[in-house]
Amino acid sequence: MRICVTAAGNSLDAPVEPRFGRCPYFIFVDSETMAFEAVPNMAMGARGGAGIQAAQLIASRGARVLITGNVGPNAFQALAAAGVRIVVGAYGTVREVVERYKRGELRETGAPTVGGHYGMGAGMGRGWRRRYPPPPPY
Amino acid sequence: MIVAVASGKGGTGKTTVAVNLALSIENVQFLDCDVEEPNAHLLLHPKVSRREPVYIPVPVVNEQLCDYCGKCSEFCEYNAIFVSSNKILIFPELCHSCGGCAIVCPKKAISEEQHKIGTLNFGSSGDVELVYGELEVGEPLAVPVIKAVKKQMKPDGNVVLDSPPGTSCPVIETVKGSDYCVLVTEPTPFGLHDLKITVEVLEDMGIPFGVVVNRAGIGDKKVYEYCREKDIPVLLEIPYQRDIAEFYSRGVPFSLEIPEWKEKFRTLFERIKESVGK
Ligand code: SF4
Ligand code: SF4
Repeated sequence: MRICVTAAGNSLDAPVEPRFGRCPYFIFVDSETMAFEAVPNMAMGARGGAGIQAAQLIASRGARVLITGNVGPNAFQALAAAGVRIVVGAYGTVREVVERYKRGELRETGAPTVGGHYGMGAGMGRGWRRRYPPPPPY
Repeated sequence: MIVAVASGKGGTGKTTVAVNLALSIENVQFLDCDVEEPNAHLLLHPKVSRREPVYIPVPVVNEQLCDYCGKCSEFCEYNAIFVSSNKILIFPELCHSCGGCAIVCPKKAISEEQHKIGTLNFGSSGDVELVYGELEVGEPLAVPVIKAVKKQMKPDGNVVLDSPPGTSCPVIETVKGSDYCVLVTEPTPFGLHDLKITVEVLEDMGIPFGVVVNRAGIGDKKVYEYCREKDIPVLLEIPYQRDIAEFYSRGVPFSLEIPEWKEKFRTLFERIKESVGK
C-alpha cells in the first residue's frame, strides 16, 4: 500500500512536517518494501489552495493513506472525495510514523483539524483582518 | 472631484478623516471601499434605502458529461478545482472567475453560475450620499465588490472614497482613477514605515497626494521630517485630544460637534482642489 507522509526533508529519516499543504516534501512510501519517492511540494508558496493542489498530487499518485500534522477543511474534503484515509497529529520521522501506522498505532481522523489558511503566516492569508481586527481608529 | 482617503496601516483614523471631510463639503457622495470591514456607516448613521447583491460567475460541472480527465484542475491557477478518478469538486471561494476551466474542458462539462460574494448598501445621511460594500464572511475576493461600489460613483459631484488600509490590490483598486489621495498617518515609527510604502505606490500610480497626521503630539517628528524632505504637503494635523476621542468613541464625527473642524476640513478640501486644478 502506498502511504504519503508530509516531511521537512527528502528522506525516510526526515521529520514529519505538520503543515499539509505547505510542507517542503511529500514522501510516498510503499508500506511493504519501505521503498520511497520524495516529491518536492511545488505549491509550498502558493497564495491559496495549496491544500487542494497537494490533495490532487496525492490522489493522482495513488496514495491510499496520508500521514501529516494538520489538514484544513478544503483539503480534507478533497482527500475524502478521493478516498484517501487521513492520519493527523503525527510526529517523529517518516520511517517511524509509517512503522507505527503499520502496527495500527495511528488512528485515522474523520474531520479537518485546522481552519483555512493555516500555516500562511500572519498577514498573508486573505481575510486575516477579520480574525485580527485592528484597534479602533481613534 | 474624486478624493481617496487611504492609510498604510489599519487603525490610523482613516475612516474618521474621510467621514469628517465628506461632512464638511457640499454635493458629496461617500463610497466605502473597505469592504472587508466597512465602518463609515457606523459614524454616518445612514438610512439604508436599498441593498443589492454582488455576484461573480463561478464554474459548475455537469458530472454527466465529465470524464474526470483533470484538464480543468491542471489549468486552474488558483487551485479551485479538485479532480479524482470519479469525483470533481469546485471551491468557489478560491475561484477568481477567469472562465478558463470552461474553455479547456474537452467535454464541455463546465458552465457558469452566479455566486454571491457581497452586498452593496445604498443610503444617505444628511447631505451625504453613502454607498458601502460588504464582503460576505469567508469570501476572499474584495476587488470585485470594490469594483461594484465604484460603479455607483457619480463623478460630476464630489466623491470621497474610503480605502481599505494597506497597499494590496484592494487599495490600488480603490485609489485608481482618483484625482487626489489623502494619506492618514500617525507620527510614530510604525506610521512612518507604512506611510513610506504607500507613498511609493502612489508615486508609481501617478496620483497626487498629501498627508493628514492623526493623533498629532504622540510619537516623534520623523513623519514631518520625511514629508519635508519629500516635499509632501501636510494638509492637516488632528491633535490627540480628549474631546475628539470622546466623540469618536460615541460614534459621532467631531466636525459635526466642533464647528472649527468643519472649517478646517473645508479648507483642506479647497487646498486639494486648487492643487489639482479643479
Ligand atoms: S476538464 Fe472537463 S471533463 Fe475534464 S475533469 Fe474537468 S470538467 Fe471533467
Ligand atoms: S474560472 Fe478560472 S479560477 Fe475559477 S475555477 Fe475555473 S479556472 Fe479556476
